[in-house]
Amino acid sequence: MTQLTEFTAKAAQPEEVVVSIATESDLIQVRQVLRAQADEAGLGLVDQTKLVTAGSELGRNILTHAKDSRGVMRVEQVRTQGRSGVRAEFTDEGPGIDDVDAALTDGYSTKGSLGLGLPGSKRLVDEFSIASAGGSPTTVVIIKWQR
Amino acid sequence: VNESLPIMRIGDTLLVSLQGDLDDSTVMRIETRLTEEVARTHATGTLIDVSGLEVVDSFIARVIARVVGMVRLLGSEAAVVGIQPAVAITLVELGVPMGHLDTALNAEQGMALLARLRAADDTAD
Repeated sequence: MTQLTEFTAKAAQPEEVVVSIATESDLIQVRQVLRAQADEAGLGLVDQTKLVTAGSELGRNILTHAKDSRGVMRVEQVRTQGRSGVRAEFTDEGPGIDDVDAALTDGYSTKGSLGLGLPGSKRLVDEFSIASAGGSPTTVVIIKWQR
Repeated sequence: VNESLPIMRIGDTLLVSLQGDLDDSTVMRIETRLTEEVARTHATGTLIDVSGLEVVDSFIARVIARVVGMVRLLGSEAAVVGIQPAVAITLVELGVPMGHLDTALNAEQGMALLARLRAADDTAD
C-alpha cells in the first residue's frame, strides 16, 4: 500500500533537481546530478558521458561569462513516444550574448578559451536551444534521449 | 579536496594517476606537484594515467595537454594513457584538439611508447 502511494506521488509530480552554480566546485555537483539523472533515464555510458560533459561546459560558461558568475541548472526526466531522456536548463542573470550565431561557431571566444563551450556541447546532445540577447539573461536547454 | 596525488616511480619513469571528479583547483595543484616531481627525480619519461577519469571536459583536456607540454619542456618524454572509450568519443565530438599528444591504451603500452620516444630522441642527437 505504501509503495503504491509513493509511486502515485512520483508519477503526479516529476522531480526537478536544481543546482545553483556560483563556484567551480559546483561543477562537480552539476556533473554528479547529470550522471545520476542520465543513469535513471537509462542512457548508455557514451550518452551519459556526452550529457555530463555538455553540462560541464555549459556550467563553466556561466562561471566565465555570467553576471556575478552565477546561474542555475534545472534537471528533469522527460519522456516522448516511449523514450526517456534528460532535460537540463542552464540560466543566468545576464549580461546576455550579443551575437548568438558567432557564439555557436567553433573557436569563437571572448575570453581566450578554446571557444568550444556552446558549439561543442551542442554537438554532444540531441536537442539544444538557446535564448539570449545583449543585456538580458541567457537560457540554454539541452536534452539527451535514450537510444 | 583530495590533497594526495599518486605519483609512482618506475625506473626513470613517473606514473601519475588522475582520479575521480577533479575540480579546477585540484587540477592546478597536480600541475605544480608533477612538474616539481619531474625536476626533482630527473625522470626521463612521464605517463599521465587518466583511466580513472569518467568525464574530461574542455578545461580538463586543456590542462592535460598543458601538463604534457610542461613535462616535455623539462626534458622528459610524456604520454597520456588509459583514456576511456566514452571519453575519447566525447572529446572528438566536442572538438578538443588532442591529436598532437602521444597516447597509449594503458600504462604498459605507455612504457613501451616512452621507450620508443627516448630511442628516437637518441637517434636524433
